[in-house]
Amino acid sequence: MADLRTDICGLHMCNPVMTASGTFGYGTEFQDFVDLEEIGGIIVKGTTLAHREGNPYPRMAETPMGMLNAVGLQNKGVHYFVDHIYPTIKDINTNMIVNVSGSAVEDYVETAAIINDLDKIPAIELNISCPNVKKGGMSFGVNPRATDEVVSAVRNVYKKTLIVKLSPNVTDITEIAKAAEGAGADSVSLINTLLGMAIDAEKMRPILSTVTGGMSGAAVKPIALRMVWQVSKAVNIPVIGLGGIMNWKDAVEFILAGASAIQIGTANFIDPAITVKVAQGINDYLERHSISSVKDLVGRLEV
Amino acid sequence: MHKNEFTQLYFMKKHILDLVVTQNDRLHDNYVLIKMTHSDKLPDMLPGQFAEIRVDNSTTTFLRRPISINYVDIEANEVWFLVQVIGDGTRMMSTLKKGDVVNVVLPLGNGFNYEDEIAEPLLVGGGVGTAPMLMLGAELNKRGIRPTFLLGARSSKDLLQLDLFRELGDLYVTTEDGTMGEKGYVTQHSILNDKIFDKIFCCGPKPMMVAVAKYAKSKEISCEVSLENMMACGVGACLCCVENTKEGHLCVCTEGPVFNIDRLLWQI
Repeated sequence: MADLRTDICGLHMCNPVMTASGTFGYGTEFQDFVDLEEIGGIIVKGTTLAHREGNPYPRMAETPMGMLNAVGLQNKGVHYFVDHIYPTIKDINTNMIVNVSGSAVEDYVETAAIINDLDKIPAIELNISCPNVKKGGMSFGVNPRATDEVVSAVRNVYKKTLIVKLSPNVTDITEIAKAAEGAGADSVSLINTLLGMAIDAEKMRPILSTVTGGMSGAAVKPIALRMVWQVSKAVNIPVIGLGGIMNWKDAVEFILAGASAIQIGTANFIDPAITVKVAQGINDYLERHSISSVKDLVGRLEV
Repeated sequence: MHKNEFTQLYFMKKHILDLVVTQNDRLHDNYVLIKMTHSDKLPDMLPGQFAEIRVDNSTTTFLRRPISINYVDIEANEVWFLVQVIGDGTRMMSTLKKGDVVNVVLPLGNGFNYEDEIAEPLLVGGGVGTAPMLMLGAELNKRGIRPTFLLGARSSKDLLQLDLFRELGDLYVTTEDGTMGEKGYVTQHSILNDKIFDKIFCCGPKPMMVAVAKYAKSKEISCEVSLENMMACGVGACLCCVENTKEGHLCVCTEGPVFNIDRLLWQI
C-alpha cells in the first residue's frame, strides 16, 4: 500500500482525491455508493451569504464528452447551511470543505467569517469566477487586482486553509494565480468551468435559459491539464487540479503536471463511486512504479 | 432538509449494478422493451421510480440516461425498461443484445403515492409515458384495486403493451389519427364524463399532463404527474433538473419525478 496522505497547508487528507463543488452535493447524496471517509476531501455546494434560487430551467446541455451547466449557485445561504446542513455533515470523518461564492467583497468576507467559526470545516474554497455586479459584470477571477482585493479581504477574517478556485476564462491564468498567492491564499484549485454555449438548431434557440453556461467533463481535460502545468510552475503554493478527470489515469496526469491533489467533478454523475476507484487506482499506479508516497509524484513530469 | 410527502421512499438504498440483458424486443420502429436481470435479487423498486442507465461505446452520449421503471417481474428477477429511441443514447440501448452487461443506478426518485385510500384511480399515460403505469397498475392490483387506464398516442402503432394493461384494469385509448380508440387527446375521451375518479396518476408529454392537471383541478381530484426534466446526476447533486414549484426550485430527480399538481406552478 502506497502512502496516499496529502497535505495542503494544514489540510490533512487521507488521499489526494477531493470532490468538486456542485458535483457531490453535501456528500450525503453519495453515501449509498461510497464510504465518504475514503475520500480525501469533500467540497460541498457553492454557498453564498443570501439564499439564491439559481437560474431558470433548462440549466443543462449535454455536449460531446462533456456538458454545460447554468445552475447559477442555487443554495439556501450560509445561515441555512450553518443551522440545518452543518449539523448533518459535521461528523463525517473526512475534510468537509465549503465552497464560498459571492457577488461583492463584503459578501465573501461575511460568509467566510461565519464559516471560520465552524469547528469541523477545516478549509474553504473561494469561488472567484462569479459575476461581480458592482464591477459592471466583470468577475473577480478574470482580473488580478480584483482577485487580490477579494482574497486579501477574506484572508483577514479566515484563519484556516484558504483555497482559491480559478477561472479558466482568462488570457493568462498564471497572473490570477500569482495574485491569489500574493494575497495570502494557501492553495489554488483549477479549473472552474469553461464558458460555452449550445444551440437547438431545429428550434433556432439556445438550449440553456441563460444562453451561455459552464462546460465540464472529459472534453475539457487537455485545457485543464495545460493550465495546472502552467500554474504549478508559476506559484509556490500547492495546486489542486481539476477539469475532466474521469479515472485514475487522468488523476495521475494532473499530479504529474504539478497538482498536489485533484478534484473529481462531472465524473461523479456518470459513476457515483468514481472517487474511491480513483484513489485505489492512484495507489496501484504508485505501487507499480515503486513510488512510496504520492507526494513524490507531484510535478514529476519529465519534459 | 425538505422531505417529500411520501418520505419513506427517501430511505430506499440506491445501488450501482451491472445488470444482464435477458431480452430486448423491438415493439415497433421507435420503441424497445429491454428486460434485465441480476445475479443477486434485484433491490425493491416502486412504481414511478427510475434508473440511470449508462450508455457505453457512444462518443456523443456522455451522461447516463434516466429511464422510468416499466415493470418488475419478481419471479423472474427482471426489471423492464420501455425505451423510446430519440437520440444516440437510446439508439445504442436499442441495439443491446441478450447477455450484454449494462451499468445501472437504481432505484432513484420518489414514486407515485398510492398509499392513500383510493377506490377509483385513473392512470393516464401518453406515448412512452405509459411505461410507469404498467407497474403502478400491477401494484394497485395487489391491493385489490382494478384501475382505469387511459392511454393516448399519435397512432395505434404507438400504443404499447396493451394486452398487459387489459389484464390489470379497464383500458381506454385515444389516438390523434383515430386509428384506435377515440380520436383526439386523452382529455377529450368520453370516459372522463362517464365515470367518477378519486385519484389521477399521469405521465406523458408536458402539454398532455398540463391538460390532465386542468381536468383534475376542475373536478377537485387529487392528481400526481411524473416529470421528465433534463437530468444529469439523478441523485440531487447537480441541481440541473429543477422544476420551479411553490417551494422554489426542486430537483425532479430527488423530490420527484412524481409531484402532486398542488405543489407545481403550472397555469391550470
